[in-house]
Parts: sequence; structure tokens; C-alpha cells
Amino acid sequence: MFKQAVLPQVTWLKLPEKVKQAGWLNVLGKISLPLIGLCIFLMIWGGVAQNIDTSLGKFPGPTDVWQQAGNLISEHNAERERASAFYERQEKRNQARLEADPSYQPKIRPYTGSPTFFDQIWTSLYTVFVGFVVASVVAIPLGILCGLSQPVYTAVNPLIQLFKPVSPLAWLPLVTMIVSAVYVSENPIFAKSFLTSAFTVALCCLWPTLINTAVGVSSIPSDLVNVSRVLRLNALTHVIKIVLPSSFPMIFTGLRLSLGIGWMVLIAAEMLAQNPGLGKFVWDEFQNGSSESLARIMVAVLVIGMIGFALDRLMLLLQRKISWDKSVVLR
Amino acid sequence: MNKSHLELSQVGMDFPTPNGNFCALENVNLKINEGEFISLIGHSGCGKSTVLNVVAGLLKATKGGVILENKEVDEPGPERAVVFQNHSLLPWLTVYQNVELAVKQTQKKTTKAQRQQWVMHNLELVHMTHAKDKLPSEISGGMKQRVGIARALAMQPKVLLMDEPFGALDALTRAHLQDSVMEIHATLKNTVIMITHDVDEAVLLSDRIVMMTNGPNATIGEILDVNLARPRARIALADDQAYNHCRHAVLQFLYEKQRKVETVNQVNNKKSSIDQQAAELPVKASTDAA
Ligand SMILES: Nc1ncnc2c1ncn2[C@@H]1O[C@H](COP(=O)(O)OP(=O)(O)OP(=O)(O)O)[C@@H](O)[C@H]1O
Ligand SMILES: [Mg+2]
Repeated sequence: MFKQAVLPQVTWLKLPEKVKQAGWLNVLGKISLPLIGLCIFLMIWGGVAQNIDTSLGKFPGPTDVWQQAGNLISEHNAERERASAFYERQEKRNQARLEADPSYQPKIRPYTGSPTFFDQIWTSLYTVFVGFVVASVVAIPLGILCGLSQPVYTAVNPLIQLFKPVSPLAWLPLVTMIVSAVYVSENPIFAKSFLTSAFTVALCCLWPTLINTAVGVSSIPSDLVNVSRVLRLNALTHVIKIVLPSSFPMIFTGLRLSLGIGWMVLIAAEMLAQNPGLGKFVWDEFQNGSSESLARIMVAVLVIGMIGFALDRLMLLLQRKISWDKSVVLR
Repeated sequence: MNKSHLELSQVGMDFPTPNGNFCALENVNLKINEGEFISLIGHSGCGKSTVLNVVAGLLKATKGGVILENKEVDEPGPERAVVFQNHSLLPWLTVYQNVELAVKQTQKKTTKAQRQQWVMHNLELVHMTHAKDKLPSEISGGMKQRVGIARALAMQPKVLLMDEPFGALDALTRAHLQDSVMEIHATLKNTVIMITHDVDEAVLLSDRIVMMTNGPNATIGEILDVNLARPRARIALADDQAYNHCRHAVLQFLYEKQRKVETVNQVNNKKSSIDQQAAELPVKASTDAA
């Protein structure tokens, strides 16, 4: 038995050297190849853009887009300054009134400027997060139930198959009407438009997580299930100790798919429903129809892409952080 | 000890298949005394695992039943601990945590310190304390199987069930583990039922060897008493007359009386014909290796 203990160590020692040799080329390739790809893309874009004439002028090339990105940032800063100036003025006015009349109750009215590009980004991120969390909270337990019990799965499966392919845009009018009908309150905590967007996102986020969880749970190796049976684990312990860890990778794959879909759906929903967010920004710019609009829309497109990518990476990091299986290659 | 500890009476097992019921087992009767070490041997696909799973409670016999200490077995439980062929440790728990899960589940009233001690004691039995904080993926196949045995022992089972526990291991590792199992059995005196394909392993470890006929409708063909003094040393036994006699008897059963006939008369079930070809290989290989 001591021989066994030594053997694997010897192979472990040899491994890092191989990795070192291949390492240099790898790192170089990992940095330079994406850069080359990016350069080629920018060149083609710039070349093609010059030759497309639209009713709003030439299609924006990389430099126009870069410029508009700068504009959007300075517009945002300007708006912020205006806002703080507005509050300062109120403060001063209140102070003056208080000095004249000590019984005066100071009031501060909120600033009602139009939301900037960055405000819209923030709104979208917040909405997608809420929709995603709501969907996950429903989908994971339901998926576990479906995976554990064949009858439940058989009952739920037709519904899943029916609703999974439905486009978010079909849900949107229904969700809008339901939210306006059901959510009536004197001083609402959430805006109706926010709820509509978030629920539409949730409805579309539900399915990948649900299906992946169900499949992950139902494909737990039968030996592990037998271990649980021999130990007579109760249902809760069985789920916590065996089911969740075992189906964790599948659940997470589902979550990542869901978040990706949710982000795509949200932009479309915001455009269609005129709900605040990046989608509305794109739509407003399109309606605006100035010579800069296309470049500004292009900025939004790139930002949407980058945020989608960042969200996916974030999920990946999270998965790596909590997964027990560190050796698995995550893509 | 005149009343048997574990009794299988008239056990029969039918599996429903698309083309009718497949009768895997029929009239399996066996009485096992406390502390006895039983080996189940037979060609692949004859129904050894089915017998073991019925005793474990993982499968419900369609006919007959199993009685352990005057109580009928109707569900799995830790008093009939199973060592699975491919270890089936939970890959997300360390060696220690894997055993701990079993201990927590079976000794709910003990203190934390007592439980900790019991986990370490069982890891010590299989000589695995040095790797207690490793994940199953970080240890060798033989080590995993040791931990599987430790987990089963930690449940303080009345009967220890092992389904080809060393089937996936190389000959040297297998020999080490056989020695460990003999050592543990000598100290704990558990009742053990072990499935094996290896004739030498069966003779070396067992008090009795139960030989099964070929399926379908498999049942117990012969039972061989192995009257060799314990402790047994594998090298000394190689020239022992009684040892070789036992070995010969088992080989004779497997290759003469229960030879897998490769004619069409048995092929009413496609699955069994595939099993036939596979059956010859592991048995031959293991007798050569030892
Ligand atoms: N769930 C099942 N459904 C249908 N048939 C089954 C099922 N489980 C086992 N069988 C059949 O029962 C017979 C006995 O199977 P079993 O697994 O007990 O064999 P075994 O002796 O353990 O074989 P091996 O040595 O290869 O592990 C086989 O012919 C097998 O095809
Ligand atoms: Mg088997």
C-alpha cells in the first residue's frame, strides 16, 4: 500500500515541466491571436462602413463610434453636474427661507432630467438581475423536483416544451396588461415598466435552468443514489448532500444560458415596450434620426455585447469559485 | 449459533423486459451464520449482483425473501452496508467527509468528538489516515476502494456486502486489499458476503464459497466449505493440499459443470448471449494473474 502512495506523486512531479515548456507559446498565442482578430475586424468594418450610404448619412466607422462614446460620457457628466447644481440651488433656497421663517418645512424636489446612457445601462443591469434571480428561484427547485420524480416530470414536460420556444415579444403585451391590472398601489416601490421588463425576462430565463436542472438531477449516477439509500438519508439531506453537488455543473450551465437569454430578451423588450433601459436608448436614438444616431446606436450595440460577455464571465468565475470540481475545464 | 443469522429463503427475481418477464433468479436458499465470510462466484450475468442487491434491500425480490436476525429485509439500511464495485465515493467530499457522512447518519446520538474518533478509527483500519483530506479524484483506485470499505465498516453493519470490491484493481493492489480485508475480518468478525470472479480470492478469503449456476433461472449450484486454518498466508497456501483441492473444486464447477455452452439452446434472450462472450475473459484472466 505504500507503493501506491508513492506512484502517483512521481507522475505529478513530471507534469509541471511539460506545462512550462508549452506555456510560453500558449501565453503568446492567447494574447496576440485575439488582438489580430480584433484588428482585422476593425479594418473590415472601417472599409465597409465607408461604402454604405444611409438616409442618416454614412454608416459609422470605428472612429465615429469612438467619438460618440466620448460624447456619451461627457453628456453623462454634464447631466450629473446639472443635477448637483439643481440640488445645490434648492438647498440654498431652503436655507434662505428657513432663516426668514423658522417654522418652514424644507422640501427637496427630485431632479427630473432625461436619463443618460449610463443611467440606462444601470437600469438594464438591475432589471436583468431581478428577472434572472426570480426565474432561478422558481426554476431550480422545480427542476430538482422534476429530476427526482418521474411523474412530476411527465406532468410538467409538455408545459415546458410548449412555453420554451415562445418569444419574449409574445409575452410582453400579456405581462404588461397583467402588471397594470394586478399591481395597483398608492405609492409603488417598483415602476410598472420595471416589473414588466423583469417578468418578461424571468419568463424567458426560466426554461434553460429548469431543463438543465431536471436533466442534471435525473442523471445522478445510480451508485450514488444507492449510497444515499443505504445510508437512509432523508429527502432534504439527500438533496443537499447528493443531488445538488452532483448536478451542480448542469445547473450552472443552465443558469449561464438563462442569463445570456435574459440579457438578449431584455433589450428587445425595452425597445418594444419603451421601458427604460438600453433598449429604449437604442429606440430613442433611432427615432431621433440625427446624423450621429447610428454611431450612438453602434456604441450601445458594443456595450450590450460587452456587458453580455462580462455577465457570462462573471457566472463562470462564480461557478469556478463554488464548484467542488476544480479540474473541470470551464468554457 | 444454531439459528441462522441471515437467511435467504426461496428468493426469486423477475425483471420485466419489453419481451416478457426475464427470470434472473429462482429458488435461492442460503443460511449464513454470524461472522461467516461467504463468497459468491459464478459466470458473468448469472445474477450475483441481483442476489446481493436483494440482501441489501436495493432490489425487492419478486418471490421469497431475506431475513436478518428474525426481521424481514424490505428496504436498504446501514446495517447491511454495501461496498460498491466502483467505490462510489461522493466526489465532492474528502475521504474524511465521505466516512463522516456515514458516521453522522448512523450514530446520531454520539458527540462530535466521539464521531471524529470513530471516523479516524475506521480510516486507520484500512490504512488511509494519511490521505484523509484528499478528494477521491486525488487518490488511486485501490485507495478509493479502501475508503469505500472504511465507509461501510463505519456504519457498524451486521452484514457487509461487497460487489466485486477489487474487480477494477491490478493484481498487486488486489493482493494488498485482500490482506487488509482478512485482517479486518479477523478483528471485527463481521458477517460478509462478497462477490468475486477470482477463484483464488474466493478460496483465500472465504469460509464458504457459494457457486451459482448460469442464468436465466440461476440458483445456487454448489456450496463449498473452505476448511483452512486462519490466519491464512497466501504464499504458504500455494503448496497447501486442502487449498489446491478447494481451488480445483471451484474451477471444476465453473469450467466443467457450468461451462457456458455456446450453442443456440440458451439464446432465448439476446442479452445472455452477449454476456457469454464477455464471461470467459475476466475469469481466465484472473486465474492467470494470481
Ligand atoms: N434491471 C434489470 N432489468 C432487466 N434485467 C436485468 C436487470 N438487472 C439485471 N438483469 C439481468 O439479470 C441477470 C443477472 O444480472 P446480475 O447483474 O445480477 O449479474 P452478475 O452475476 O452480477 O453479473 P456480473 O458478474 O457481470 O456483474 C443478467 O442477465 C441481467 O441481464
Ligand atoms: Mg454484478
